[in-house]
Amino acid sequence: MSLEKSTIIRKKDLSLLERLYIPEIVKGMTLTIRQMFTPTFTTQYPEERFQPPASFRGRPVLVEEHGVERCVACGLCSRVCPALAIEVQAGETELGKERYPEKFEINMIRCIFCGFCEEVCPEEAIIMSQEYELAFTNPQDALFGKDKLLVPIEKVQTRLDFLRSNR
Amino acid sequence: MPSVKVTIDGTQIEADSKRTIIEAAREHGIKIPHFCWHPKLSVSGNCRMCLVEIEKMPKLAIACSTQVAEGMVVHTKNDRVVHARNAVMEFFLINHPLDCPICDEAGECKLQDYTYKYSTGYSRFDEDKVHKPKRIQIGPHVMFDAERCILCSRCIRFCDEIAGVHQLQFIQRGDHTELTTFPGEKLDNPYSMNVVDICPVGALTNADFRFKARVWEMSFTDTICQGCARGCNIEVGVRNNEILRLTPRRNDDVNSSWMCDHGRLDTFKFVNAENRIKAPMIRKDGVLVEVGWDEAIARVASELKSFKKSEIAALGSPFATNEDNYVFQRFAKEVLGTKNIDFARHSHEGDEDAILIRADKSPNSTGAAEVGVVPGDNGMSFNAIIEGIREGKIKALYALEDDLAALPGVAEALSKLEFFVVHAANDSATLRYADIVFAAATYAEKNGTMVNFEQRVQRVRPAVTTLELDRAMDGFEMSRWDKFASHNDKWGKGPRRDARSSWKIVASIAALMGTKFKYNTADEVFNEIAQRVESFRGLSYLKVGTKGTPLKAKTAASVHA
Repeated sequence: MSLEKSTIIRKKDLSLLERLYIPEIVKGMTLTIRQMFTPTFTTQYPEERFQPPASFRGRPVLVEEHGVERCVACGLCSRVCPALAIEVQAGETELGKERYPEKFEINMIRCIFCGFCEEVCPEEAIIMSQEYELAFTNPQDALFGKDKLLVPIEKVQTRLDFLRSNR
Repeated sequence: MPSVKVTIDGTQIEADSKRTIIEAAREHGIKIPHFCWHPKLSVSGNCRMCLVEIEKMPKLAIACSTQVAEGMVVHTKNDRVVHARNAVMEFFLINHPLDCPICDEAGECKLQDYTYKYSTGYSRFDEDKVHKPKRIQIGPHVMFDAERCILCSRCIRFCDEIAGVHQLQFIQRGDHTELTTFPGEKLDNPYSMNVVDICPVGALTNADFRFKARVWEMSFTDTICQGCARGCNIEVGVRNNEILRLTPRRNDDVNSSWMCDHGRLDTFKFVNAENRIKAPMIRKDGVLVEVGWDEAIARVASELKSFKKSEIAALGSPFATNEDNYVFQRFAKEVLGTKNIDFARHSHEGDEDAILIRADKSPNSTGAAEVGVVPGDNGMSFNAIIEGIREGKIKALYALEDDLAALPGVAEALSKLEFFVVHAANDSATLRYADIVFAAATYAEKNGTMVNFEQRVQRVRPAVTTLELDRAMDGFEMSRWDKFASHNDKWGKGPRRDARSSWKIVASIAALMGTKFKYNTADEVFNEIAQRVESFRGLSYLKVGTKGTPLKAKTAASVHA
């Protein structure tokens, strides 16, 4: 369809005041000026950081208790993960739990932060942390191994308490 | 046989009067849950899981030891039975540790499945569970966890009745009953790992496969074992393009439900091994150097032309498929024009038993001979070829995948060859004498057929991908990971090796030497075998199926011709 044939709909029922233009400008400026004195919600990000509540689902981490991971490498998180982000390889340990993850890798590019892994975990070993600063310049950096995933239990206690209280 | 009419869950069936209720029901597709009953073992009747109601009987009866009778009316799903089954499940779970997260059986566990299907879903038991020893190496290949054991006695009966050695027994009483070996003994019979397959829980687990993978992460391909001429039907478990375990597959005409430990442990590791041949190699200045396929093929074609027909010998392989051997013997007879064609036998006299293990340690010696890898008129047999090499009558040798140098006296002869081409999957002593090596696909990387010692043709199916095969395009079994891994996931793939089926390599050399074999796939080769070899007449991959089919007997074949 050519431009000439298209009909342009123009609003014609402007009142006299509106057509005068100046009062409308004044109205708009009043709103703007009023906003300048209301409290702001903006966080000055790099300097100021958002502290998420315990219900927040940040990056998944592995809970480290008494110096070892709680994880027994059952592979349920890996199975339930809808994005297939988790890879687990089990190995045998001398500890009572018999089994531990020799390799535990989450591809953070694939992770969709759904929290299914946390929900399915029989050991409360993988939980969603409050960390949200995840930016990569290289896809290889997004593969989080055990070195990056293991977090001492003290640091994630708020989330563990939250999970207990909402069971 | 006298047959009787029985009504099970309202359906009237006709069954042999010797059958028990569970057998009769199973033959007609009605499943009755059971732990201790196994179709290949004697009836023990200790688990009580198969309780059913039989009309006119005051109490519930176990289906595994009650024979069918004329006019019998059985209920397997009514309230009384369901209630009893719930109670049985509750008893089982009282002392079961529920350590499914660390148990290798999880995912293929009868107790786990039945808990979901037949139990109420909660336990009324508040007291402490009975604790028993865990993580015991009960035999060289089997791990035992006494807590998980539900005392079904299948393993005891297997050792007594099938393996024929009395190695296992229960000790103690009541809930302290425990499985153990006789003092000072180990569960070390050559069939010991079958107890892992028949254990309905994770009490007996595979020590070799321990914690390697969860069962749901693997794909399972139906194929046959390469350990000996029996050709036991097996399933190959693959994850990340790597074979992790083999398990027997039921075929009553070949291996019943069992396989030996040697077959289970020693016939797949070479596929994953570090010493796999990664590319074709040519000997340059005394060292084997990796080269491209085209270069190696062209080199073989030109070198072979420079020998007289009587100076060339060809050795097929009892480890290669019928397709490989068939194309190879056509190549030898039609292209090279030699009559000196045979293959090496790998018979270990005395190393056999009355159960499964055969003295012939190669899976396809019958098939190799059947498709024509036999000396032509006045041609040399294997021993004559080796002798001929020693005497200098044979100057060039072309051999399919087989470690010839390991045979007594052969290595010394090989060193006298002027030109030696060999197909190999792994590095071996034979390669030291080779001038050209082709990277051959293993049995787990190609389609094909093999013939066992009882003249039964069985299929070999690819489970591991090479560069010439694609998991999705070539109809492999796929795990969830295989299906959804994308090109930038480094997991879910595993190494893909640059190996080809032997018949393909041979066909491309033949093409360069002026004879075109018109095959694109292994089943086209097989169709030609079915046309030209009498005993294979009329067969196809479809007819061979998952369980194989017997070859036509020699006499019948001659009548047919």
